[in-house]
Amino acid sequence: MEKWYLMTTVVLIGLTIRWTVSLNSYSGAGKPPMFGDYEAQRHWQEITFNLPIKQWYFNSSDNNLLYWGLDYPPLTAYHSLLCAYVAKVINPDWIALHTSRGYESEAHKLFMRATVLIADLLIYIPAVVLYCCCLKEMSTKKKVANALCILLYPGLILIDYGHFQYNSVSLGFALWGVLGVSCHWDLLGSLAFCLAINYKQMELYHSLPFFCFLLGKCFKKGLKGKGFVLLVKLACTVVASFVLCWLPFVTEKEQTLQVLRRLFPVDRGLFEARDKVANIWCSLSVFLKIKNILPHHTQIKISFCFTFLSLLPACIKLILQPSPKGFRYTLVTCALSFFLFSFQVHEKSILLVSLPVCLVLNEIPFMSTWFLLVSTFSMLPLLLKDDLLMPTIVTVMAFFIACATSFSIFEKTSEEELQLKSFSVSVRKYVPCFTFLPRVIQHLFLMSTITMVLLTLMTVTLDPPPKFPDLFPVLVCFVSCLKFLFFLVYFNIIIMWDSKSGRNQKKTD
Amino acid sequence: MAALGLAASGGNWFSALALGVTLLKCLLIPTYHSTDFEVHRNWLAITHSLPVSQWYYEETSEWTLDYPPFFAWFEYALSHVAKYFDQEMLNIHNLNYASSKTLLFQRFSVIFTDILFVYAVHECCKCIDGKKAGKELTEKPKFILSVLLLWNFGLLIVDHIHFQYNGFLMGLMLLSIARLFQKRHMEGALLFAVLLHFKHIYLYVAPAYGIYLLRSYCFTANKPDGSVRWNSFNFVRLISLGLIVFLVSALSLGPFLALNQLPQVFSRLFPFKRGLCHAYWAPNFWALYNALDKVLSVIGLKLKLLDPNKIPKASMTSGLVQQFQHTVLPSVTPLATLICTLIAILPSIFCLWFKPQGPKGFLRCLILCALSSFMFGWHVHEKAILLAVLPMSLLSVGKAGDASIFLILTTTGHYSLFPLLFTAPELPIKILLMLLFTIYSISSLKTLFRKEKPLFNWMETFYLLGLGPLEVFCEFVFPFTSWKLKYSFLPLLLTSAYCAVGITYAWFRLYVSVLTDPPVSKTKKQ
Repeated sequence: MEKWYLMTTVVLIGLTIRWTVSLNSYSGAGKPPMFGDYEAQRHWQEITFNLPIKQWYFNSSDNNLLYWGLDYPPLTAYHSLLCAYVAKVINPDWIALHTSRGYESEAHKLFMRATVLIADLLIYIPAVVLYCCCLKEMSTKKKVANALCILLYPGLILIDYGHFQYNSVSLGFALWGVLGVSCHWDLLGSLAFCLAINYKQMELYHSLPFFCFLLGKCFKKGLKGKGFVLLVKLACTVVASFVLCWLPFVTEKEQTLQVLRRLFPVDRGLFEARDKVANIWCSLSVFLKIKNILPHHTQIKISFCFTFLSLLPACIKLILQPSPKGFRYTLVTCALSFFLFSFQVHEKSILLVSLPVCLVLNEIPFMSTWFLLVSTFSMLPLLLKDDLLMPTIVTVMAFFIACATSFSIFEKTSEEELQLKSFSVSVRKYVPCFTFLPRVIQHLFLMSTITMVLLTLMTVTLDPPPKFPDLFPVLVCFVSCLKFLFFLVYFNIIIMWDSKSGRNQKKTD
Repeated sequence: MAALGLAASGGNWFSALALGVTLLKCLLIPTYHSTDFEVHRNWLAITHSLPVSQWYYEETSEWTLDYPPFFAWFEYALSHVAKYFDQEMLNIHNLNYASSKTLLFQRFSVIFTDILFVYAVHECCKCIDGKKAGKELTEKPKFILSVLLLWNFGLLIVDHIHFQYNGFLMGLMLLSIARLFQKRHMEGALLFAVLLHFKHIYLYVAPAYGIYLLRSYCFTANKPDGSVRWNSFNFVRLISLGLIVFLVSALSLGPFLALNQLPQVFSRLFPFKRGLCHAYWAPNFWALYNALDKVLSVIGLKLKLLDPNKIPKASMTSGLVQQFQHTVLPSVTPLATLICTLIAILPSIFCLWFKPQGPKGFLRCLILCALSSFMFGWHVHEKAILLAVLPMSLLSVGKAGDASIFLILTTTGHYSLFPLLFTAPELPIKILLMLLFTIYSISSLKTLFRKEKPLFNWMETFYLLGLGPLEVFCEFVFPFTSWKLKYSFLPLLLTSAYCAVGITYAWFRLYVSVLTDPPVSKTKKQ
């Protein structure tokens, strides 16, 4: 690549932004007794370092599960252990059992932030760079611009480096998985994706498209010949990697069950009442308190049905016509369906939708940019709680400028560029005057931007009326949820009307 | 939002670059800030709460007002905005006051005044001859130049982390240079006169302005061999130039002359009581001189040629502004540095007079003035290197030889700014930003001049690569060795000596290129 220096520059810009954001506050800074996700991660280091592996997921006098008990899969625990060994060398007080609870200092913050940066640098960033280099039919400059936009995505930066989490690890592994299966290294891809699931169970949102895509590939090769061999190989890879990750826990049944109970706390309810999530259930609860009306198991059933139904069409289509492009779009719709309809969703889970949207940024720049802006906006209440207003505004603007200049998004709003050509053509068979779609979308974008800006301004400047203390967060979630629904429909349309007519068009052109 | 729309429409790369760096500056708000932050807060308080007559007498804080009057008026103007942020920062007795609103206001005042800098860069880009237009955007000289100026590493860390107002001052200088390039001499002269009354450090480059305006503006014609045609002297031009300088000076110093305070103002502006070198030696000739003295004294002690009892105990580069006693070599007086500086500047001035090469020649002379005074000046700050680095960027995109000198000068000069930021959270920022700027500047200029001979020879490459191990040693190895307590000055000494070599070399090469360059013939000029 003759322009490697531009790519290096882009990576360095990404790193600089990440580190400058990390100078800001983190979740639960100076807020005893529970603190926040930062303390959770520190606590996990303490637990994994000081307790034998069999006790990590069990409640005991040394491990109070109500105080940030470990509820992520084993890989996260191993990562914490690794960090703890480093912490031990620098300052043993940081991970001392019991006494280190709620430990906060500038040096410790620096250490924690550095662990995030290193993990990001090792896993997520190389995956993004490689993904952009592998893109076809693009000039080098466009590839670099694409990498810049993906690396500047504010949601991930703010949650990982502001709020404090290690999403870049699980998302990075998932991205390696996408890269693998799109480039015909199916085994490596599925291995990477298994690692992602074993780092964070939320990666299950992406599992169906992976499954369908690989299954579709097997079908395509013929289930009696090569396809079957591939299927067996894949199954072995998945089982082996899972067993490897769970090795200390699979030996006893009680261990495995306890870990699973910790990972999937179904008894916690449809959504957390204190968090405002931009999904259907939380938004509906404004009008209808489903959580109180329906019994627990009915809630589970309803949410399962809705999720399943909403992602079914895209998945079937992917099995029948597996293509890397369809795979990326199905990743988007599946993750979005899970986010909107499934059980126990966190606002941060929108990042799982944003990752695949980043991957289609070069194909539908206008809509992707819009979606990514909305996704960051939907986390506004959380970011404000963490005192991250300034970095939020700055990174969002930087991202917007980067996207606007590198893709000139406002000139790319024709039917063709929104990938709605074949859809419009088929609608026009029934409604001949159906030509206003691009204009409608442009107006929607404008309106959406204005609402987002206004709501942000209101949240920051106005005090909510005493009767509704949660007015603004609820409004933010409600508005974002509506937009997400719109995006779900849009992405499903792209998938359903895509390849067959798209391919025909290319042939005729 | 209007600016956002502007950047978005039609992919205007210049506004995107400018907005991008502005956003980066906003992200740097919570970083470490030096005592200069308190200096400027104190000046806000002084100018806001005291009458003009006491501005240069006030000394509640140790950071007395020591910039020329225009800067004081500038602070005065800022203070009227500041009062809407936090009234308390305008209280003279509130020493070291740094509430979050004060921080926000001060940081934003720097970011906001940088608009002038952005405008100046925009004007400078117009002066670059776009003979290579039509290529890819990232390979256009204009694009490269605007990145080199807008994203300049030194300016970013000195202004937006360390805290100073160099951005708009540099903007004034670049703008006046651009005006001279555009043949708007009067405007250029006016801008420079104003600049001088903002910060008197720009006096260093005043000879270049004076001679250039006299030679190429007041004399309107040359003889065929390029020497001056004495009878072409235009009196009106000289008088109008003089009038501009006089009026600006009168506006600035007049009130203090009326108050009979001029001597006091000047004693504040030129404090010769400070030492030869700053606490951390700027990487110039005197740093090499001091280092040599140190080495000689150590050798002398080892060989028992020196008496240990007679050696002054002042440990060098220990963090206080103090007189540094030389042990072996003769001590340096302010007068000696002044003479050295004048001698170093003279050849370039002669060149400007006898071998006029238009605005480009002027720019070279200006850079040489800045560099020479950096090399030999009294109590030079390491930040003063920006005075040479920024104008040099303009030259770098024009010629391969200049690009090579620029890269050596910039890389070493920027590296020598590292000791300004010594806190742990800023360590990754300075390394990342430095890498960002250095990698970009070297690669983009290499791409720009790829058809010519390589920009660096093996020696220069080796020297520049040596900065890496030096940084690793100073920041990552040295603090963990047993020498940390005994030789705490070692990293600073190594840094400034190493960088001094590079800057001296760049200065020397630039001088050689200016002196040996053949005079430009008329045909080439057009």
